[in-house]
Amino acid sequence: MSTASLAARARSERPGLRIVLARHGIDGVTLLAVPSALFVLALFVYPFLYGLVLSLEPKAGGWLANYVKFFSDHFLYETIWNTLQLAIPSTLVNVLLSIPVALRVRRMKHQRLLTAILVLPITLGTVLVAEGLLNYLGPHGWLNRVLVDGGLIADPVRLIHNYWGVLIALFISIFPFTFLLTLSYVTGIDPSLEQAASTLGANARARFRHILLPLLAQGLAINFCLTFVQAFSVFPSAVLLGDPAGVTRVISIAAYTAAFEQYDYSMASAIAMIMGFSQLIIVAAVLASRGLVYRGPAGGAKG
Amino acid sequence: MAAIARDFKTLRLDQVSRRFGSVNALEDVTLEVERGEFIALLGPSGCGKSTALNCLAGLLQLTDGSIWLDATRIDGLKPEARGFGMVFQNYALFPHMSVRKNIAFGLRMQGRDRASIARKVEEGLALVHLETQGDKLPGQLSGGQQQRVAIARAIVIEPPLVLMDEPLSNLDAKLRLEMRGEIRRIHDSVGSTTIYVTHDQDEALSLADRVVVMRAGRVRQVGSPGELYARPAHADVAEFMGFRNLLAVPVARAGGGEAEITLGGARLKGTPVEALLDGTATVAIRPDDLVPGPDGPIRATAATVEYRGRDFFGTARMADGTELYFRSAARVEPGEALRLGADAARVLIYSGAKP
Repeated sequence: MSTASLAARARSERPGLRIVLARHGIDGVTLLAVPSALFVLALFVYPFLYGLVLSLEPKAGGWLANYVKFFSDHFLYETIWNTLQLAIPSTLVNVLLSIPVALRVRRMKHQRLLTAILVLPITLGTVLVAEGLLNYLGPHGWLNRVLVDGGLIADPVRLIHNYWGVLIALFISIFPFTFLLTLSYVTGIDPSLEQAASTLGANARARFRHILLPLLAQGLAINFCLTFVQAFSVFPSAVLLGDPAGVTRVISIAAYTAAFEQYDYSMASAIAMIMGFSQLIIVAAVLASRGLVYRGPAGGAKG
Repeated sequence: MAAIARDFKTLRLDQVSRRFGSVNALEDVTLEVERGEFIALLGPSGCGKSTALNCLAGLLQLTDGSIWLDATRIDGLKPEARGFGMVFQNYALFPHMSVRKNIAFGLRMQGRDRASIARKVEEGLALVHLETQGDKLPGQLSGGQQQRVAIARAIVIEPPLVLMDEPLSNLDAKLRLEMRGEIRRIHDSVGSTTIYVTHDQDEALSLADRVVVMRAGRVRQVGSPGELYARPAHADVAEFMGFRNLLAVPVARAGGGEAEITLGGARLKGTPVEALLDGTATVAIRPDDLVPGPDGPIRATAATVEYRGRDFFGTARMADGTELYFRSAARVEPGEALRLGADAARVLIYSGAKP
């Protein structure tokens, strides 16, 4: 075959589809992503779009009527504030408290046992925790009995059917989750970094401030977001332990009322959308501020 | 924070022991180090050399014994109070800080003013030839550069003692040789006292003023590189110092600073290192010193031969099947009959059968 015909053949022969796809990193294994993509489409994208469309088809008025109603009725728009008042403090307490606990647990011999105990509330579920707290924290519960009988206080403290009951329940049911995440971030930090800092004269406080905290900051921001999202959608404990007609009338209760007491699914969808966007704003703000902290690996050696 | 004098005279480890559960990682280690010395702790992995270093740094507590800097007992002090500069095997650079900030860290902890910190950091960068890399993050540097940052960081705080834990083990062969020279140069130019842990005998012999050979948590021998190379005090030290021919042999004749042993039916003259107690001994010969010659007493057959540039190195079998390692200046073919011999001064004889 002459050189000319070889060149002509090379030109006429286009690479097959398989090769073109492979160049973009797509091959047979990529098909394994299909089930999860379908799952996300069916259980997240479709309901979300369905709800969005539904919220724009109100029972009466123009296409934004539901949103106008929400933001003009103080009984409705105040639920955002009520929810934030619970979600932000409980998230902050959870995240901040998880740091010292995780730092301590990291060095313990019976780490697994303690972790198991701390994680137990997750397996119990929020309703059971709420029921338990109702008995434990109530006016005739153990806590008040001990405090009153011990002569520490004269009258029982009110810790249920108000703001504090829900806050305590949120803390107990979400803390294990926050703790586990923080623990994984803490154990990801190479212990030789702290040792190096100590040989350079840094005491425990300086090591935390200059080494651990900057390396944890990134993980703590993500942890804050995930914890916050859980706390923001609080429902059972707000009803059972709180004051669902007053201070703990959270946004999920408003959505529930619209859907199952007023049978206005369109309004309920609008509230759910507003709930989603409120979360999104906070999460976006926290994640945006991550740009200010170090985001690389937390190892001492070349990766 | 208790400041430790940089101009100490002697560092003394007094019967230092460290147990992990029932394992004695360090047992009765006694050692004196003079200011300005470069000491290498040498031994196979698991011999306790890193444990010894961590005990010195304060990262591990002792289970017994004491550590003294002149008349000050320091084994109860926390690492941050000792202020010994330490270079870690994995460098342990702070990944979120620039090279400059890494080097400045110890100075900041000492509470120095900004101007003197900045000046010291520049001096440190210059010392390790990294003047242009100061603003990079450690992750952007090569292994050798990271290593030099780790050394600069440990040295700028002007520690009374610099501790190095196998600092070159993560580098490739060429860089290792280069950094070896650098480490000794820095030691000499700063005038520091260095304790250097390694399992590489070449590294220990070429760097150190004195080498401490350790085995199973105990100090086996302390000596200058020359002493250790020529005359290891025990058979196990000899094994570690490259005496690959290490055989249990009967003693034929002993006395008057000389001895004769029987090896493969032949008599071989050697130098007894210890008093020979009974009829058996261990003979130690480097492959370098066992060479074929016209009147070599040991008859053996060459088995494998390897060309290593200047010379040939190989194994040979005696009639009873025992393998010997030898060197030859001329080419030797496998299967060739050889007469091997060694200079009596290079044949070391230890008491008792091989450990």
